Amino acid sequence: MTPDLMEEGARRREAYAARQQAGTGTESGGRQAAFGRIAKLGVPDFTHGVALYLDDISVSFDGFRALNKLSLAVNVGELRCIIGPNGAGKTTMMDCITGKTRPDSGRAFFGSTIDLLRLTEPQIAQIGIGRKFQKPTVYEDLSVFENLELALLADRRVRASLFSRLGGEQLDRIGQTLGTIHLRHEAQRTAGLLSHGQKQWLEIGMLLMQDPKLLLLDEPVAGMTDEETERTAELFLSLEGKHSLVVVEHDMKFVDQLTQGRKKVTVLHEGSVLAEGLLSEVQANEKVVEVYLGR
Amino acid sequence: MSTVMMSPQALQQKRGLLLGVRGWTAVLSALAVLTVLIPLLNRVVPADSVFHLSDYAVGLTGKILCYAICALAMDLIWGYTGILSLGHGLFFALGGYGMGMYLMRQIGRDGNYKSDLPDFMVFLNWKDLPWTWALSDSFIAQMALVVLVPGLLALVFGWFAFRSRIKGVYFSIITQALTYAAMLLFFRNETGFGGNNGFTDFKRILGQPIATPTTRITLFIITGATLVGFYLLARWIVNSKYGRVLQAIRDAETRVMFTGYNPLAYKLSIWTLSAVMCGVAGALYVPQVGIINPSEMSPSAGIEIAIWAAVGGRATLIGPIIGAFFVNGAKSWFTVAFPEFWLYFLGALFIAVTLFLPQGIVGLFKRFSRSAADTANDAANRTHA
Repeated sequence: MTPDLMEEGARRREAYAARQQAGTGTESGGRQAAFGRIAKLGVPDFTHGVALYLDDISVSFDGFRALNKLSLAVNVGELRCIIGPNGAGKTTMMDCITGKTRPDSGRAFFGSTIDLLRLTEPQIAQIGIGRKFQKPTVYEDLSVFENLELALLADRRVRASLFSRLGGEQLDRIGQTLGTIHLRHEAQRTAGLLSHGQKQWLEIGMLLMQDPKLLLLDEPVAGMTDEETERTAELFLSLEGKHSLVVVEHDMKFVDQLTQGRKKVTVLHEGSVLAEGLLSEVQANEKVVEVYLGR
Repeated sequence: MSTVMMSPQALQQKRGLLLGVRGWTAVLSALAVLTVLIPLLNRVVPADSVFHLSDYAVGLTGKILCYAICALAMDLIWGYTGILSLGHGLFFALGGYGMGMYLMRQIGRDGNYKSDLPDFMVFLNWKDLPWTWALSDSFIAQMALVVLVPGLLALVFGWFAFRSRIKGVYFSIITQALTYAAMLLFFRNETGFGGNNGFTDFKRILGQPIATPTTRITLFIITGATLVGFYLLARWIVNSKYGRVLQAIRDAETRVMFTGYNPLAYKLSIWTLSAVMCGVAGALYVPQVGIINPSEMSPSAGIEIAIWAAVGGRATLIGPIIGAFFVNGAKSWFTVAFPEFWLYFLGALFIAVTLFLPQGIVGLFKRFSRSAADTANDAANRTHA
């Protein structure tokens, strides 16, 4: 190794660092080009800026069309609220994304490479899609701490679980989440004994432990007090940007808090998108008013 | 209050020890009673002493110890994972048949027909051993089959059932049908396992005469040690994260799936382990009672195992063991005192436990100790105030 070679190497290293830095200020937002890279197995590719892409999805149950050619795209880091009357297909849409229901036709992609329709529920959860159910679903007989421990991002296989021990870092993470969901003093309490609102929070906490890239939240503030609702809105707004969120909700006040008058809202009706736009716009939309108030 | 404020670190430390000081004391005392005290009371203490334990009592206890292993296995799959199997009698019987085949071959030429073949084969006019008996001369090979046959059957059956997401009462019914079908198969002479008479009239095990007091007490000690060993294994399993995933599957399987766990692997592994435990229990049972026949596979045998677990207290590990002793102790007394009413009593017991003691005998004790602790706390608070 001669000195001139070393100097050249050092120059290259500097140039590389400078390129990396300049990258964040580019038009593409510091993302890499979408071409010319190898797709990694099981790792979603967000370089196109789209986190979730549903295309022409149709689902029928015994002749009832729950979803009718639904198309929807959610961007990386976006917080998207979805509203719609009962039976509009909101929960069925989440079932399709998470693998619980197989659509009759259509396509569903996570990032630009992962075809969700080919994966099972656990696989979809492992690649980074977390879901909160309409009815809070926690492990009733386990403690709050154990509920979070099971959700913690880790090897999900049998052998790993048998010999798993929590490290200091992981304990800190659980402690941190316990603080975020205001259940620090209930950590050793059996989850079944929590109030409805607290269970909702615990389930949200379990989602956070999974560190998903996309969060699907089905009526997350149902049964919460006004104060709890407000805190939930703050929490979701703090997640926006780092994670993509899809929130299905009936509570318009909550939706208003989340969208802050500038984010897009999607209205579902009879299994497809009826309207999309700012909350004030869709609320003024004649078709939407008709659907909500009845003809 | 101390448990509520316990830091995650302290909790983790507590978990590392498997059992507390009291727990280990209890386990070691149980081991000492089963492997030292009872054998001494039976063999060393003279027969006219009040402390002498009769051969009958030891035999009965040994039998119940085997049942307790089944109840423990049932607790892992039903109490902790929420999968009710009514077919565990089948795995128990398969283990028993595995041992029985070896014991039949050990009879040698001492049978009624003085033939190399087991008596029932001579009676059926067979000239050679069927292929299923190929390994029956070797104790080690046959003991491997005791583990492998129930294990493999459970693995294959479980894989199809769990993959098709058969759950709840449907799964219970299928396991019941499975054990019933196996019973019908084993009833046939052509199957090659002694038909409805099964195997009996054993002479020796590993070269030792089987009916002597020494052999019997040795088998008893091995059974006791096996039960304690399985208890510790089960304790380790339910204390691990794997054990908590099992409980999570019981409480909310969809949430487990959407958290990224594949329930199939978890259910299948615990289901297979549970079947193997029953198989081992069956193998220990046969030399002690001296007979194995297809009635061990009858659906009612499988239901009884579930009753032991329910009566003792599900998801407690110690409960099902207590339940097995309680129900079978009651059975041996009842069937002597009121032979016609035993089944009515068993049914009434099950209904009473379901209605009034959903957590079984252990739940009852917990309730008492909790209310005692509460009154003590109240008293303490009052004196402080």
